[in-house]
Amino acid sequence: MHGYLVLENGKVFKGQRFGIGGDVTAEVVFTTGMTGYLEILTDKSYAGQIVVQTFPLIGNYGVIPPDFEGGSVTPAGYVVKEWCQIPSNFRSEGNLDTFFVEQGVIALAGIDTRALTKVIREAGVLRGCITDNPENVDFGASIQGKVAQVSTKEIYTVQAENETYKVALLDCGVRNSICQALAERGASVTIYPHDTKAADILATKPDGIVIAGGPGNPTEYEAIVAEVKTLADAKIPLFGISLGHQLLALAHGYKIDTLHTGHRGSNQPVRHTETGKVCITGQNHRYVVDASSLDGQAKVLFEHVNDQSCEGLRYLDKPALSVQFYGGPKDTLFLFDDFIKLMEGQSHAIK
Amino acid sequence: MPLNKDIKKVLVIGSGPIVIGQAAEFDYAGTQACRALREDGIEIVLVNSNPATIMTDKVMADKIYIEPLTLDTVKRIIKMEQPDGVLSGLGGQTGLTLSMQLAKSGFLAEHNVRLLGSFPETIDKAEDRQIFKDTMIEIGQPVIESETVTTVEGALTFAKKIGYPVVVRPAFTMGGAGGGIAYSEAELESFAANGLLLSPITQVLIERCISGWKEIEFEVLRDSADNAIIVCSLENVDPVGVHTGDSIVVAPALTLADKELQMMRTAALDIVRALGVEGGCNVQMALHPTSFDYAIIEVNPRVSRSSALASKATGFPIAKIATKIAVGYTLDEIPNTVTGKTSCAFEPTLDYVALKFPKWPFDKFVYAKRDLGTQMKATGEVMTLADSFEMAIMKAVRGAEIGLDTLNMPKLKTITDEDLLTRLQKTTDERIFEVYEALCRGFTVDKVHELTAIDRFFLYKLLNLVQYEALLAEGNLDEETYKTGKRLGYTDKVIRNLSGQKLPCHLAPTYKMVDTCAAEFAAATPYFYATYNCPEAGGENEAAPFVGKAKKGTIIVLGSGPIRIGQGIEFDYASVHCVHSLKALGYEVVLINNNPETVSTDFDTADRLYFEALTPEDVQRIIDLEQPIGVVVAFGGQTAIRLTKHLQKVGVPIIGASADCIDMAEDRERFDDLLERLDIKRPRGFTVKTTEDALAAAKKVGYPVLMRPSYVLGGQNMIIAFSDADIEEYMAIILDQDSGNTVLIDKYLSGIEIEVDAICDGQDILIPGIMEHIERTGIHSGDSIALYPAKSVTSALEEKVLDITKRITQGLGAIGMVNIQYIILDNDVYVIEVNPRASRTVPYLSKITGVPMCELATRVSLGEQLSDLGFGTGIFPVGPYVAVKVPVFSFEKLADVDTQLGPEMKSTGEVLGLGRAEEEAMYKGLIAAGYKLDRKGGVFLSVRDSDKDEIAEIARKFHGIGLPLYATAGTVQILEKSGLSATVVNKIHENSENNVITLLESGDISYIVSTSAKGRDPRRDSVKIRRRASILRIPCLTSLDTARALADCLMSYYSQDNTELVDICTL
Repeated sequence: MHGYLVLENGKVFKGQRFGIGGDVTAEVVFTTGMTGYLEILTDKSYAGQIVVQTFPLIGNYGVIPPDFEGGSVTPAGYVVKEWCQIPSNFRSEGNLDTFFVEQGVIALAGIDTRALTKVIREAGVLRGCITDNPENVDFGASIQGKVAQVSTKEIYTVQAENETYKVALLDCGVRNSICQALAERGASVTIYPHDTKAADILATKPDGIVIAGGPGNPTEYEAIVAEVKTLADAKIPLFGISLGHQLLALAHGYKIDTLHTGHRGSNQPVRHTETGKVCITGQNHRYVVDASSLDGQAKVLFEHVNDQSCEGLRYLDKPALSVQFYGGPKDTLFLFDDFIKLMEGQSHAIK
Repeated sequence: MPLNKDIKKVLVIGSGPIVIGQAAEFDYAGTQACRALREDGIEIVLVNSNPATIMTDKVMADKIYIEPLTLDTVKRIIKMEQPDGVLSGLGGQTGLTLSMQLAKSGFLAEHNVRLLGSFPETIDKAEDRQIFKDTMIEIGQPVIESETVTTVEGALTFAKKIGYPVVVRPAFTMGGAGGGIAYSEAELESFAANGLLLSPITQVLIERCISGWKEIEFEVLRDSADNAIIVCSLENVDPVGVHTGDSIVVAPALTLADKELQMMRTAALDIVRALGVEGGCNVQMALHPTSFDYAIIEVNPRVSRSSALASKATGFPIAKIATKIAVGYTLDEIPNTVTGKTSCAFEPTLDYVALKFPKWPFDKFVYAKRDLGTQMKATGEVMTLADSFEMAIMKAVRGAEIGLDTLNMPKLKTITDEDLLTRLQKTTDERIFEVYEALCRGFTVDKVHELTAIDRFFLYKLLNLVQYEALLAEGNLDEETYKTGKRLGYTDKVIRNLSGQKLPCHLAPTYKMVDTCAAEFAAATPYFYATYNCPEAGGENEAAPFVGKAKKGTIIVLGSGPIRIGQGIEFDYASVHCVHSLKALGYEVVLINNNPETVSTDFDTADRLYFEALTPEDVQRIIDLEQPIGVVVAFGGQTAIRLTKHLQKVGVPIIGASADCIDMAEDRERFDDLLERLDIKRPRGFTVKTTEDALAAAKKVGYPVLMRPSYVLGGQNMIIAFSDADIEEYMAIILDQDSGNTVLIDKYLSGIEIEVDAICDGQDILIPGIMEHIERTGIHSGDSIALYPAKSVTSALEEKVLDITKRITQGLGAIGMVNIQYIILDNDVYVIEVNPRASRTVPYLSKITGVPMCELATRVSLGEQLSDLGFGTGIFPVGPYVAVKVPVFSFEKLADVDTQLGPEMKSTGEVLGLGRAEEEAMYKGLIAAGYKLDRKGGVFLSVRDSDKDEIAEIARKFHGIGLPLYATAGTVQILEKSGLSATVVNKIHENSENNVITLLESGDISYIVSTSAKGRDPRRDSVKIRRRASILRIPCLTSLDTARALADCLMSYYSQDNTELVDICTL
């Protein structure tokens, strides 16, 4: 069945629909990862976005639930060049179309995704609508991703097999693999809804705190920022990831800037300022911490190799670090080890 | 760390002659390296024995030595030039091994030379099987159960422990030479014995066979600051078991979930770090198809064939970056020239699929074993870029020049189902077509997967093509169906033919750019490939904005496609030079080619590169867009020449020789008429279609006769027939390939063969040089040792040759380059063949004469006069040096191919020897070609009756140097008559314990002279002897002329210490 992607700048792309029918209007972003579509589809930071895959063959290895980063598909819409009708992988449980119908995902295939990517690149922020009726699109109806939509409603725990630490995680859109990475390192993770009060978390006396997520504009989450500030002031080892990195910066009074196009893909190079080494990372963000607004209590831990934007901070007055990126390549998994070390140091200090 | 300022002068070691497993990709790598060094103002000294390369062009380096790539010679060059460093990782296995020997012996340290790029420890860790295994185990990377053995017994014992089948991998051999999969004790015995012989350190690895696992490769770059990136992942469509050089390969990997990919990516980076590689490294891994089990197969700590492929597939120039790293830069200091904004510290991302399809020489070697295994057999490859797997493979099949434009192979249509299924279990070059045939016949994907272990993903994609063709066959061709076909990669012609319908509409390609970043950043790399996107789907043609801006107009240069025997790197050299010349003249130049190994397909060679197949339709689409003022076909070998008819039909101007001129030279009758009109002699001959006519024709002209099909490429299927039986055998082979073929039968004249390259402007001609073949007629010019200047051509003959050449070129109306082969017999000049195009000899002749042949040919093709170009007319004066071109073969890699030379070309590459005297040049040429030229050991002689008159004289030369003679009884008699004593050797069937073969294996023989009237058939004794010699690496001379030249060389006083080292930049 035909369908259209209509952009707010007037460009129209005709393709074939898959997934469910219906219209959706949202910001259109592209991602350049050649694998990892399942992780992207279940990554909460894509909530409220129509995601365009620049790699033309998507769905080759089917649907593999253990690889999901969350319980459901988060992007508002999905655009590919070609989706694989008969996937091939020993863990595959089906193809994307069937999965999308189950999950209620609006998707479009068969358009010139490279041409579309170039339009998005030039425009920066661009809204678009997947629809059957290209003549009549209301871009005001754009949906937006919010932490409240993607955060857990209930507290739950991911238990480490050999528990050495207890970590509290404020869920602003966490990815499952973050909890797994911690659990593998002996840290049991208790995940709290985004609106949990800092005092309630601190009352559990966690060894460390992780703030992870998620979608949206960080400056709109004033209430969360206030709680994050309280968490940070407790000087418990703290690790901010993606949106969590931005919220932590805001809690310290630093400024948030926006990039023209954003960093989206799993080949994003960042420089670790402490070693000078370049790591390849997965990213999906347009908001960045403005490094010029730092006050001496934090220093840039990672900078993007291409545009030198701030990709991570180390706080100097407390055992805390934060990074903008997550997912894809495993180059920066050592950060979890660093976080564990912070907890180790802290527990020694206390005991 | 920025550029290391201590490095002011660098020696770059090339990879030498083209052989299977080490081809044009190293010219591309070396050329990139030289450019990268030059950017930093580093003085470059280059050594490479291969003259047909761009890297040995005067402009590429400050000093260029076309000298043998032997330890002795390289040491002399280092002593003389005193470079600060040696670049080790760009010259393939040859360059790496030499560098390692130089470093390990302490020579480099002694002379204060640093090894740049790979370190000896790194190379050992990667290449010594045991150290590699230990290193992997240390860092927790899984390796395949294996053991290094140094004896056949050791191999058998270990195999008993792990169970058959086992893989045999000899250490330090190129392209896995001598390896194989052994299914039984007997097979293992033979493979192990062979492998031990071939391995320079007498080591083979016996390992658990993991055939059927997915084969995944990563191209990794790491710098001195320990930054490491993956440039590209590659997946072999053919699972483990087939050498990656013989596999169809896609980039990026298409069937791995992110979890699997990241697991293997991390492993690849860990490995490269553990090895301490600084530069490029290729990591080959196997992944179990239904678990997370994986194993490291092999690591190559240097740029490789795969890295050339990855460079072209991504637009990320690995060799250049590896060079920058070697001289001190870190990845984040090197700008990404594609985007202009970012650095090289990132991982390229593709928004298309790249597919490599190998090109095998089996069309030429009909008796060769077509089985594919651990020994690479392909001579070249094509690459295609597309936004679907289907389109990528369709483009590859039609671009591989195997006579197909779909995956349907006609000869498979008639075999039985049982036959087909049996074939599927064996891997040959035709397997992909057998797979396709099976799917066409309705065998399920699961069944085909079970037989081939090819991932179902690829099989379902092929099934899409099968189903589409079935749909077309129904004859309903509406617009939607047509567009679907275009997106699947079908040509208009095929869609028309399969549907039997007129096309309902026309869809032009949308050319897309290769930009390393999937459009994340704006890029201006003029590197394009065709896809099909309908306008309503937003289809954008990214090449369009580049077109039509040229002031002087655009010219398209057609490249030469995949490298094969008969059409090698020389034609890429010529194409590149034509492009440079046209650019210098102010034209905008577009290049079309599909060979990823070459310099021509570097995206900054031409103004625009289209990575597309050289077929009429693919080329026409580019012409439609580019609207060139002309197309150049003369530099791309037969591949480009074959497109002239199409170009003429559609009325596109051909720059240089016209379609009519090319036709006249190729069409037997027209050419004969021309010669008759000009009163120029040629061997008498006939054109026949049947065996009966062939026999009659042979009777008329008298045996021996030369036979060949009417289409000729590198003497394809060309033979000398001495009897009716020969004719019958060959007609059967030729007619089997294509029953409609006409066969040419000529009287075989035994004279001196000379070769002329001429440049003609329509009026005058310039002959840069006349070359003489050491071997008399009957051996293909590409396989002959060629001497320049020609020693047998007197000044009177020279005048005659000039006159005939002039008349022929004028008669043909040739403009530009012409190559003519003549026979000189009794002071008469006979024409054998005329090719109005650049030939194989152009690169080396240009280099030694200093005549920029491609440039002159290009300029006269555009209307300039030779007399204005500064190199005069007539025969160009001879310089102070003699040049000897020596062919190089890849016989040890092609089981069952007879090594006896004949009219069909067999060599894969060539080397050049330069000297003041003929013997000196010959000595250097032979050494460079791999002859050891030991003045010790025995000589075994076995010649056909027709050679018996001359053998004694040659034997006497060997005898005179003190080499003992051995021969079979008949030959011994002749030698004794001439007063020479020789040891009688039993024939193979005469004594199984003590015969020719056991003599060869004893190690007592240094040279073999073996000629036979028959041959070819691997069951014949003579062929068995020559095959054994090839495997044992005993020089086997199959022409008396070559034997004489070699004997003369041995008699001369030259050694590797007293030849002159010639810097060709001074010529």
